[in-house]
Amino acid sequence: MKRVYVNEEWCLGCHLCEYYCAFQNSGESDMVKAFGRDEKPVSRIRVEDVDGEDGIHFAVSCRHCDDPQCVKGCITGALSIKDGVISVNEDKCIGCCTCVLSCPYGAIVIDEGKAIKKCDLCVKNGNGEPACVANCPNRAIVFEERG
Amino acid sequence: MRLLNYVIIGNSAAAVGGIEGLRSVDKEGKITVISDEPYHTYSRPLISYWLEGKVKDSNIYYRDKDFYDKNKCETIFGRTVVSIDKNAKQVILDDNTSVSYDRLLVSTGSEPFIPSISGLESVSQKYSFMTFDSAKEVKAALKKPQRVLIMGAGLIGLKAAEAIADKVSSLTIVDLADRILPSILTADAARIVQKHIEAHGAKFILSQSVKEFRGNTAVLSGGDTVDFDILITAVGVRPNTELISDAGGKVARGIVTNKAQMTSIKNVYAAGDCTVSHDVSSGSDKILALLPNAYKQGEVAGINMAGGKAVYENAIPMNAIGFFGLHMITAGSYEGKTHIKKSGSQYKCIYYSDDVLKGYILIGDVSNAGIYTNMIRERIPLKTVDKKLMFESPRLMAMPFAYRREKLGGIKQ
Repeated sequence: MKRVYVNEEWCLGCHLCEYYCAFQNSGESDMVKAFGRDEKPVSRIRVEDVDGEDGIHFAVSCRHCDDPQCVKGCITGALSIKDGVISVNEDKCIGCCTCVLSCPYGAIVIDEGKAIKKCDLCVKNGNGEPACVANCPNRAIVFEERG
Repeated sequence: MRLLNYVIIGNSAAAVGGIEGLRSVDKEGKITVISDEPYHTYSRPLISYWLEGKVKDSNIYYRDKDFYDKNKCETIFGRTVVSIDKNAKQVILDDNTSVSYDRLLVSTGSEPFIPSISGLESVSQKYSFMTFDSAKEVKAALKKPQRVLIMGAGLIGLKAAEAIADKVSSLTIVDLADRILPSILTADAARIVQKHIEAHGAKFILSQSVKEFRGNTAVLSGGDTVDFDILITAVGVRPNTELISDAGGKVARGIVTNKAQMTSIKNVYAAGDCTVSHDVSSGSDKILALLPNAYKQGEVAGINMAGGKAVYENAIPMNAIGFFGLHMITAGSYEGKTHIKKSGSQYKCIYYSDDVLKGYILIGDVSNAGIYTNMIRERIPLKTVDKKLMFESPRLMAMPFAYRREKLGGIKQ
């Protein structure tokens, strides 16, 4: 299946993927409005970089594992896998963070006091291509079939 | 080929794992789920959230309403299995009926351990806190604020405390251990959490037990007394192993299984809190009464029962829990060298040997903790990671480039 893959060598560390992910999931039609509101939109992708060091940057988002520790460990049943895509039922999630404990990649985002957030490949709100991929200026994040 | 008859005793996480494991291999065999509780499968850890009012009635269920239909399961609820007849390959229920099996999954969980304390029978309102029914009983008892005494400052006792903190007139928690959450926290870490919980009105009495009850007065081992209206007992649990031991199966505190979750009795499997797991972080066998563990064991059992192949390995103790908004995640074994960082209610302690990460305690900021969990479970050699970066916070940056290329880039070596 098509997944989000990261070409680390090409990542500039611009963090645009985080902004576009948060915007895409904000429900707002205007980016300024999305980031201007009190309840800040939350990104499901995170960029790791170390300030001032040797310039390594890369984005991390859900791998949609075939053997998903987060889904199997979820204590509420809020996380499920359908057609290879792992998504969270935000009405059911209590934010207990058992998935944060379980995910080997740090791909689950804590949204304090609310349901956890995670990448669902923009299947619910996108237009075919995940927002992080569509807006990456250097093709460091791609959506394709790989081994 | 004749359809196989699968019988599952229990209806919680391990049973659901069993059903989903079975159905991933065998779409047609007959599955019968037998439970002494009258409910659609629900999440036990959610009973405290339900009691607190944070989870509505319809969200306590662990799977959707059509779960049994979709998985073609028959259910027998409100009936207890009293014995296994391994020769006739059937289980006997408390109404003297029997159900035949080709493969049986015992996922009977555990039950509250009630200590024998003199005068306990004289306490008029006493409850445990393990089941939906027990949570309903506590809720009914707390229609108006009362004085509550909780015996046990472990995970169950403290989740109960959190749930009722704003519904009581006083809340006292007594534990024989010298700290709260002794199964997952060290003394240092426990102090931080204790202070946080105390700020919400709970009073702790540690290093003491209840020696005697005189009606609604508890006499402590130190001589003091505590008056209360409602008693919640949460001193520990004991695994439900009798069905297996009575049938001649091997039990060592919990039911003993192999990695395929098969017991020593032919065609009988076991999973969940009633079983013994092998903890790879300490190298010892213990009961890991954790929901993720139960589900995964159940799934492995189900796959094997249906003729597939799966093993359950790399189990470790691990817990994600929070009290009054303070998160904590712990995993592995607390042995070896330590790396500690502490400031206010933020706390981190990493345990490691020369070779691998052994365990950790994170309080407050628990982001990305699973990166540490994975290092423990997979025994990733410490010499391959940037230790300084990794100890600062869990991150893939500290892993070798080749690891990231494979995991994030999908390119295998």
